[in-house]
Amino acid sequence: MKNIIEVKNLTKNFNGFVAVNSISFLVKEGEIFAFLGPNSAGKTTTVKMLTTLLKPTRGEIRVNGYDPITHPHNVRRSFGIVFQDQSLDDELTAYENMEFHGILYQVPKDIRQERIEKLLKFVELWNRKDDLVKHFSGGMKRRLEIARGFLHQPKIFFLDEPTLGLDSQTRNHIWNYIKELNGKEKTTVFFTTHYIEEADRVANRVAIIDNGIIVAQGSPQELKELTQSSSLEEAFLKLTGHTIREEEAAAIDRLRMRRKIMRR
Amino acid sequence: MSAIYILWLRQIKRYLRSRARIIGSLGQPLLFLIALGFGFGPIYQRAGGGNYIQFLAPGVIAMSIIFVAIFSGLEIIWDRQFGFLKETLVAPVSRLSIMMGRTLGGATVASMQGIIVFFVSLIAGFRPVSVMLLPLAFIFIFLCALLFTAFGTAIASLLEDMQGFQLIMNFVIMPLFFFSGALFPLQGLPKTLQVVARLNPLSYAVDGLRGTLVNGARFGLMTDFWILAIIVGVLMTIGSYLFSKIQI
Repeated sequence: MKNIIEVKNLTKNFNGFVAVNSISFLVKEGEIFAFLGPNSAGKTTTVKMLTTLLKPTRGEIRVNGYDPITHPHNVRRSFGIVFQDQSLDDELTAYENMEFHGILYQVPKDIRQERIEKLLKFVELWNRKDDLVKHFSGGMKRRLEIARGFLHQPKIFFLDEPTLGLDSQTRNHIWNYIKELNGKEKTTVFFTTHYIEEADRVANRVAIIDNGIIVAQGSPQELKELTQSSSLEEAFLKLTGHTIREEEAAAIDRLRMRRKIMRR
Repeated sequence: MSAIYILWLRQIKRYLRSRARIIGSLGQPLLFLIALGFGFGPIYQRAGGGNYIQFLAPGVIAMSIIFVAIFSGLEIIWDRQFGFLKETLVAPVSRLSIMMGRTLGGATVASMQGIIVFFVSLIAGFRPVSVMLLPLAFIFIFLCALLFTAFGTAIASLLEDMQGFQLIMNFVIMPLFFFSGALFPLQGLPKTLQVVARLNPLSYAVDGLRGTLVNGARFGLMTDFWILAIIVGVLMTIGSYLFSKIQI
């Protein structure tokens, strides 16, 4: 099977702070790959570099065979993404959000309409298609984002903590959608999460990153055997230690806080 | 092209759907027109200035435009974290089209707001001298809107969060408004303030509006037009450059 993502000696410095330190990994076409790590380990930074949002300091990336720096548009056409923070337009309806995405990705009109209907039915939002997104719950918004990300038939689907803040029922549902789309559309899935048991359940392969360095990678089974653990969670703690990671509040955390307050 | 259109359309849809915002942002210009217009009217008349509402209305229209325009530019700060902007930044669309779509959308919305305030000022007693010149006035409205949306976008590309917002409000927007000749004539001001007003792009928008609505252009309509057009060009260039450098 060919590699759809190739990362070699990837490094990112932020004014002297090394967020990602010379990491290398491969993701095979069609697999579900989990990228795990404690807070501020470098997960989101890596996802941003893979998805053309951030320029690496050093190292090589190939996404679907293209370099994000020299061929950003080819890379962008290759993936769909669900961000950690919601990225829908609240003042538009579910259908309009889908339609805007389709136009931005130049999906021809007839295919666009057909795919929007199919995907909205798939995530069970078709009967709410004309409602403004601001009336949706957190789980509904996530489902809509998943449907939207698949609209242009990407080869790779990135999810950055897709189930954060959702209840078990919704989380379960969301993984079922993603697994089904992974099977049906042969889309490679690359995700980060704090819920290690989710990775244990759905991922074919896992990489664990800590302080910007990949400390282990392999199938969940391999990692459990390596650390002689009964669960991936236990293996994760053995590999990354028990200390709590202190994070400095960045601009983004202040924005998140304001957003919570304004919602009330 | 379709990307620019869809981003423009999105701004228009959002504007038309937020009735509360439209009505809310009419409050301030209305207050200025009524409180200042009728409050200072008699003094202005006695000082030989003529009808103050006639003088004030173009200034208040310009004010409502710059508020809406700068805000819609600044929205990017918010949007790049929680909104459609992030979604557009990973789409196969050039940064220039994203910035153009947003700026044109914001400018259209600000112009609509300016036109609404124009109609409101008619109720307050304002009378434009010539219907023939109205299309020209709309051109100035749009130029003014474009200029300050591009300005807002440029600032927003430099800021990480909303912390600097008050700073911009009190040290940029308010001074621009007060030293533009929107509220009082620039003739007879101390030399320093005259120079400040001369350097303020809003002065030319106010002057252009006054010229087309009540025939009171001080700098001349052609001067106003060209100065505004050049500044729009410069700000759009700076704005696109800064916007293209945004990393999330």
